[in-house]
Amino acid sequence: MEIFDYAPAPESRSIVTIRPAYDLFIDGEFTEAKSDERIVTLNPADEEPLSEVAAASDADVDRAFAAARRAFERVWSPLPGAERGKYLFRIARIIQERARELAVLESLDNGKPIKETRDIDLPLVAAHFFYHAGWADKLAHAGVGPSPRPLGVAAQVIPWNFPLLMLAWKVAPALATGNTVVLKPAETTPLTALAFAEICQEAELPPGVVNIVTGAGGTGRAVVAHPDADKVAFTGSTGVGKEIARAVAGTSKRLTLELGGKGANIVYDDAAVDQAVEGIVSGIFFNQGHVCCAGSRLLVQESIAEELLTRLRARIERLRLGDPLDKNTDIGAINSAAQLARIRELAAAGEAEGASGWSPACPIPERGYWFPPTVFTGVTQAHRIAREEIFGPVLSVLTFRTPEEAVAKANNTQYGLSAGVWTEKGSRMLWTASRLRAGVVWSNTFNVFDPASPFGGYKESGYGREGGRHGLEAYLG
Amino acid sequence: MPDTLPSGSLRACLHGLPGVDEVGVRRRAADLATRSIKTTAKRQAIDLAIRMVDLTTLEGADTPGKVRALAAKAMRPDPADPTAPAVAAICVYPDMIPVAAPVLAGSGVGLASVATGFPAGRTSLEVKLADTRTAVAAGATEIDMVIDRGAFLAGDYRKVFDEIAAVKECCGPAHLKVILETGELVTYDNVRRASWLALHAGADFIKTSTGKVAPAATLPVTLVMLEAVRDYHAAGGRQAGVKPAGGIRTTKDAIRYLVLVKEVAGESWLDPARFRLGASTLLNDLLMQRTKLGTGHYAGPDYYTLD
Repeated sequence: MEIFDYAPAPESRSIVTIRPAYDLFIDGEFTEAKSDERIVTLNPADEEPLSEVAAASDADVDRAFAAARRAFERVWSPLPGAERGKYLFRIARIIQERARELAVLESLDNGKPIKETRDIDLPLVAAHFFYHAGWADKLAHAGVGPSPRPLGVAAQVIPWNFPLLMLAWKVAPALATGNTVVLKPAETTPLTALAFAEICQEAELPPGVVNIVTGAGGTGRAVVAHPDADKVAFTGSTGVGKEIARAVAGTSKRLTLELGGKGANIVYDDAAVDQAVEGIVSGIFFNQGHVCCAGSRLLVQESIAEELLTRLRARIERLRLGDPLDKNTDIGAINSAAQLARIRELAAAGEAEGASGWSPACPIPERGYWFPPTVFTGVTQAHRIAREEIFGPVLSVLTFRTPEEAVAKANNTQYGLSAGVWTEKGSRMLWTASRLRAGVVWSNTFNVFDPASPFGGYKESGYGREGGRHGLEAYLG
Repeated sequence: MPDTLPSGSLRACLHGLPGVDEVGVRRRAADLATRSIKTTAKRQAIDLAIRMVDLTTLEGADTPGKVRALAAKAMRPDPADPTAPAVAAICVYPDMIPVAAPVLAGSGVGLASVATGFPAGRTSLEVKLADTRTAVAAGATEIDMVIDRGAFLAGDYRKVFDEIAAVKECCGPAHLKVILETGELVTYDNVRRASWLALHAGADFIKTSTGKVAPAATLPVTLVMLEAVRDYHAAGGRQAGVKPAGGIRTTKDAIRYLVLVKEVAGESWLDPARFRLGASTLLNDLLMQRTKLGTGHYAGPDYYTLD
């Protein structure tokens, strides 16, 4: 027996009530879908069903857009900014009050550890609403002209990796700027969006300002292609993003896309090594690597590669994988069987192409979708695991000799969402950061977010920015 | 024994250590502080923490009576519960060593003396060495010395090194804890350099603070020091210990330190021979929480002895 071994410390599941079935949220009410099709959402940690939700048909999506248009014209866009701000402040406060419940719900539906939903997702969700609530009556000072106008109805499709946070990134700026919303959450993680619908009711948000239609790819296509959408905002895979760009091309719709990434985390030989190791770990293992801006490529200076990898492996040995509701869990479950299959396929390709994978000896639960933290060494730029987004806890390690080589390798990707640089030398930090083609460059840190900071990509990582003053531009004309 | 370093390379060696990113180390410490320690883990942690306490009184008003009472408490912290373990050691001023030594004789509880002109250390080397020798001769089994922070901040690492080495020589069989007084070193880079300096010079333990300077022990400072002993050991050096001291008052605080030890240095440091908690009021809170875990309810403070 160990002298000091952490006992299970599960967060209570009973603080959240999950209904057996959910309808669509249209015009301020939960209303039955026209179609009979239902989608079962699972707990990825044990594969048990949590609830079932409607799959919205084209007719349902039509209803949602009609409600959103009505609310835009009659209520929301004429409302003074200060009044819109009050609703957003109210929503933010309710989110804070219900944070514990929402954190548990998010962990159950998504599989991510409660530590992250509690300490990162939910505080950021509330912060996004507070931040944008403050903008609602100050839009004339946002730098987009003296009297910026809302666009109309925003069609928003969000991913499963940060369900409620991505909702906040989409809904908060849209509402603050006077737009109304039709939002489709991901098919595997609809529950916190539906809880958010209840919060809209609790906040007495006027009916139709926020409409939530659940469903799979078909529903998503109907939402983004809807003729009454003035603006389309999508976060998700590059493949789907391209499809949406094609669907929107030739229309008057405005479009922002936040897509995939293959972020480089560059560690120079003079880096603060222990903190760099932490940054590498949070860069790739935060949220099981289900992060579009993950630091999935470690570029380490060859002269310190061996020492850094020794420290990194020792650190990874300490990660605790298991029950997402346990407060001491560091690595939760993979969100779906499909995603697990994708991660396995790419990891196998890594081995087949000659890289060598390493994982700590951590016990894997019998049920549910799990993948151990994995580090591939001997990776070259040509390997699939160095080029393709894995979206899982798999790190590809490459080395470099000079700063020029580091930058060249970091930029040698179809993506350009994020990068990290680790050096104690200020001039090298600035030299490197100014040459990286990535929307976010983190300096001696990784995966840090703030609603005031714009976020978005270069190249196939998408276009447009979310957050900050720049994020408002996407919703103003 | 101090490591043999070629003359002049001490500075290069200390300045060659990787830097510490202040934001990053604080974030890591804060993250580890969220570990949730419940039920059996809490029971293990409380008993371990009691066994790691250096029960301390370092006041101008200390009297033989006070020190004898402290020594009695160290051997049997909870008179109502003989299963409560004894603490690691008591820590007193050098002139109190002759008072405490006969009380603790044969008990297994260590007897630590602060020395070398504690707490400021602003005295001559002769006085510092005499201070140490006197304490050891009177029965101290552990010496808690202070480094010359002025010399360290002036960049005179050789002076600090030589002083530690000289004190170590005077310690004989007594264990040497080297107090860095991190509140006066200020930066984490300095804490890392001073830690390695002390380890090279022969420290058995590195200790954060005297308790007379604020801030005293903090989680991030202790984290940096735990990394130092871990890395020094990994590089082929001996397995030295760490002692945070000052400001650790509650069971929750103590458990957070144990989490740091477990996750930063590793399980083999979870031992009173390699980790201590310098504290005075902490012990009663540990005992109170221990009783609570056993009985399900809190006894009032009057059920625990003052000293």
